[in-house]
This record gives sequence, structure tokens and C-alpha cells, in this order.
Amino acid sequence: MAHSNWAEWIYLGVVTALLIYVGAEAWNVERIIDHAPEDAEIIKVTAQQWFWSFEHEDGTKEVGELHLKKDHAYKFEIQSKDVVHNFNIPEFVVLMDAIPGRINTVWFSPNEAGEFDIQCREYCGLIHYNMRAKLFVEGV
Amino acid sequence: MVLELARPRPIWQIMFSTHHTDVGLLYLVFSLLAMFVGGAMAIALRIELFAPGIQLIEDSMTYNRLFTAHGTTMIFLFLLPSAAAVGNYLVPIMVRYKDMAYPKLNAIAFWMIPPAAALVWLGMADFGWYANPPYSVISAPAPAAEMWIFGLKVLGVSSILSSINFVVTILKCKHPDLSLGKVPLLAWSFLTSSIIVLAAMPTFAAALLMLLTDRLGVSGFFNPAMGGDPIAYSHLFWFTFHPEVYVLVIPAIGMMYEIIPRFSRRPIFSHSSGVAAFIILALVSFASWAHHMFATGMSFTEKTVFMVGTLAAVPASAMHVFNFLATMWNGRIKFATPMMFAVGGIALFFAAGAGGVVNTAMPLDFITHDSYWVVGHFHLFVFGTIAFGTIGFVYYLFPYITGRMYNEKWGVVHFILAFVGACITFFTQHILGLFGMPRRIYDYPEIDSWISMNALISVGAMIILVGMVIFLGNMIYSMAKGKPANLEDPFGLGGKYYYPFAQRNPQHGEGGY
Repeated sequence: MAHSNWAEWIYLGVVTALLIYVGAEAWNVERIIDHAPEDAEIIKVTAQQWFWSFEHEDGTKEVGELHLKKDHAYKFEIQSKDVVHNFNIPEFVVLMDAIPGRINTVWFSPNEAGEFDIQCREYCGLIHYNMRAKLFVEGV
Repeated sequence: MVLELARPRPIWQIMFSTHHTDVGLLYLVFSLLAMFVGGAMAIALRIELFAPGIQLIEDSMTYNRLFTAHGTTMIFLFLLPSAAAVGNYLVPIMVRYKDMAYPKLNAIAFWMIPPAAALVWLGMADFGWYANPPYSVISAPAPAAEMWIFGLKVLGVSSILSSINFVVTILKCKHPDLSLGKVPLLAWSFLTSSIIVLAAMPTFAAALLMLLTDRLGVSGFFNPAMGGDPIAYSHLFWFTFHPEVYVLVIPAIGMMYEIIPRFSRRPIFSHSSGVAAFIILALVSFASWAHHMFATGMSFTEKTVFMVGTLAAVPASAMHVFNFLATMWNGRIKFATPMMFAVGGIALFFAAGAGGVVNTAMPLDFITHDSYWVVGHFHLFVFGTIAFGTIGFVYYLFPYITGRMYNEKWGVVHFILAFVGACITFFTQHILGLFGMPRRIYDYPEIDSWISMNALISVGAMIILVGMVIFLGNMIYSMAKGKPANLEDPFGLGGKYYYPFAQRNPQHGEGGY
């Protein structure tokens, strides 16, 4: 059946252009946030069924809570002792899997003081729903 | 076509038949049964999440078992068999062959499903349908996990057998006068989705065996304590199950290609663009699996590659949507129940696709990953698009199967409830995900926004439930007491189309349909 398809081509062009825009923008943002700043303080995060423990650069250890300073860059080195977990601070879009046998890194710089939630976002068993910790960001 | 109820036969004759309409009927009845079982599980989950604290389910283990069984049931026991049901009914007719290429294999493929369902339902594993190691290797309780693994193994083989059957039927048994380009789009959808299954499923079959030997302790493929790598499982799993999403959605789109031109009383806008879009989707479905794994610590380059691969699937999906809209444009549309489900399914398909673009844009994925956004997103696909297409097609086939009409008024009520319920439930889940609620949690802290949105989602789920109960009642009542259908044109559309009932079941004897 002969019929003109110009409308479909225009429509596909618009869709493709939108996708290229979204893809390029995503690529650009990710490129910038992929690298942690040089002066970021390293925090070791250890996940295990079903709690979080943290170790600061100076050797201070915390379990179930984490104390950080506002406007200071932190780089998390995340590992797991048993199964796969996911370290997540929803308020600051910090999200990275904690995988046994690997160390994953993610960084952030809290721009707000207060008390925030840390949670596990990858299914890890019985108490997954309550594998939570508290983040305290202190103003300078 | 079959008129099962107009000419009743003893049930064993249908069960042991290898005729494609009989096997199709078995698939259909089983898949609808599984839909109600899986739906009941979903309702239990939603009642539990209605508010913080214990509502219905006493402990998290039961909850975890239920969401695992819900996901497994809906994907493997409802959506895949219901697509196979439609394919069994219509593919041989569309390629003008007397039956499927291998009728006995066809019956075997179906009869592998009930035992597999028994394994899944009696075992009730707790690791999610994704069975992620090392949890599934070192922590998951024993008989349940093995039963799930064996059940899925059987289902995978069944799905491979039925795919072989579809591919051979379409390519080798089609009428010599019918060129492949002229094969109806519904049959094309089964050809492409079956080829995807054949290419993708063996990977998961291997991963399941490796998971089993890991659990037995004789290997350590995915167990870091034995030098293995859990991420390897993620790759194997998603290499099968990202294409599997297209295995589910492509037949649903094929069903819409059957319904929409007929109820718009216009030929399809572009047959060749539909075929092209199916082929493109089948190819690019293999280029995007690792977009499920951005948060496993992938490098920037890997993430970029899989983002581009994922975005590449969007234009092909958009071609289908365009094809539907262009077919309906200026058509004399009759909004009977099947058409409503098809059009509603397109609308939700569009919304689901737009959400998918957000998921794959790398920085945004870190907001949505493993949150309720993802739950809402894929439910828009599996319920909003695939189940809508399937249920619309069940209404469409109903007069051909039973010889009677369903009640149109109650069909419309079902559609309205399903559509409104789906919008309330799944769009709210998207927003709840943006507020940070993780998926697969049994209970949640008392955060105001989470409480109100969870209550709203549970109300939406109840609306869907009411619609589904109406659906069930309508089917059962109309089978026995519905108006006899005019089989020449049950929906009063006029015009000349071939209708599926033209196929004869030899078991109905001479002169019967």
C-alpha cells in the first residue's frame, strides 16, 4: 500500500533528538560527579546483616550512626561482610552497592546540617526493612 | 474457532489433546488462574504496607516469600503462558497451517508449567525473583530456594520448547503463497519474541545451574567466600531478563496490532514499520542489560555504553505508538472493551517508556534505583501495558472460545477500574520512590509522606482488585448465560476480515466449528 510516511519520520526525528539531548546531558553530569575531589575525607563503610558501621580517617569508629561536617567532601569506601547491600542516603542522592569482595566508592558533600536517614536499598534478608542508620551533619 | 462450551467435551479430551486451540485453552485457563493467585499475593502485600507496623503479615520472612512468589507467578505463570495462549490460538491460523509445527511438543511445553508452578508455590522462596547471590547462596532457607531453582529451570525449558515451535511454525509451515512480509503483525510479534527467548534463555539456564551447585557447596561461582563474584550472576541474569521484558511486551503489542485496526475499522497504518520496529526491538533488547547494574560500581564508560543501548530501544517503541495512533486517526472507532484495554495500554506504555528514559539517564538512576520508582515503572509495563493488552485480548477471544458474548457494560466497568487503579497505584509508586522508599521492605518508618502515599497505593490496588473480581464474575457468568455471539461479526464491526473461528478443531466433528 503506497502512502506517505513523512509524519512518522518527523516524529521519529523529534523523539531521537530528545533522546540525544537527554543522553548528552546525563553523560555530562555523570562525567562531572564521577570523580571525588582530591581533599575528600575517606570514610570506610561496612555493611553486614543488618547494620552499618563506619570508620573515619582518624580511626574513630561508629556503629549505626555517622557524624559528618557540613560543606566538607567525603568519599565512602563501601564494603560488605556477607551479602549484597546498598548504602543509601536518599536526602543527598548517595547510593552505591556494598558487595562482598569488592570496595565501591561514592562521594558527597553535605550542604545542609541536620539529621538524615541512612538505609539499605538492596534486598538482604530478614531485617532488610530495618537496616537503617542515622547521619548527623553538624554545621561549621 | 473452538466453541468449547457450545459443544462440551469431557475435560480429559481437552487435557490430552495436542490441537493448538486446545493447548491454547489450557494455557489461557492456567494463566488466568495464576493471575488471580499472584494478584491475591499482591493484595496481601498492599494490605501489609497500608500503614507502618503489622497489618496482616506477622513476620518479614512471610512478606519476603510473598513478594518473591508474586513476581515469579506474574512473570512466568501469568504473562508468559497467556502470551503462549494467544499465540497458540492465532499463529497457526495466521500462517494458514492446520496446527503448530510440533503438536506434541506444544502439549509437553504446556504440561511442564503446572509442576513448575507447584514447585514455586509450595516452596515459597524468599530472595526476590532476582535471587541475588550471595544471599541466595549462603542465606536463603533450604528447600524453598532449591524448589524455586528447579521450578524456574523447568519453566525455562518449557519456554524454549514453545519458542522453537513458534519459530518453526511461522518460518517453515506458513502457506507457500504467504510471503513473510505479509504475515500479520501478531504472528510477527511471536516470531521476534520467540527468537529472543532462544537467544537469551540459555544464559539464565546456565546461571541457575551455577546457583544450584553454589548452594550445594561444590562450586563458588557467585560466592565471594570461595573466590566467586556475585556481579557475574547479575550479568547472566540480566542478559536473559532484560530481553525477557521484550519477550513479554512484544506479544502484547502484537495483540494491540490485532485489536486496534479492527476496532478502528481501518487497515494498519504501516505494516512494514511495525515489522521493522519488532526487529529493531529484538536486536537492541540485547544491548541494554547492564542498565540494571549502574549502582554495582560500574565504570563511567560501561554506564555510558549501556545508557546509549537502552535509549536505542525508545525510537522503535515510539514507532509502534505512532503506528497505533496513525491507525486510529480518522478511523470509525468502536470503543468496545478490547479496544479500551488496547488504547489504555498504549497510554500507559507511553508513560512507562518515558519513565524508562529517566531510569537510564545515569545521574537520575542513582535517585530511582531499587526504590518504589522502579516498582511503579515496571508495573506500568507488566500491568499497564502487557496485562492490559492480554486482558483486552481475552475479551476479544471470548466469543470465539465460548460462543457467547461477555457483558459489555461490566467489561467497561472493569476497564475503568483497572485503568484508574493502575494510575493511582503505579504513578504514586513513582513519586514514593523519589521520596526515597526502598523496594522489598516489609515495614517502614513513620515518615508522613511515605504513610500517605502507601495508603493511596493500597487503595489503588483495591480498585484494581474490584475490577478483577468483576472480570472473573463476567467471564464465569457469560460463559454459561451470556447472549449467543454472532460469530460472523461478534463485535458488530462490519467489513470483511478473517476471523479466528475459521479454524476447525477436528475433535468437534464434522460440520462444527
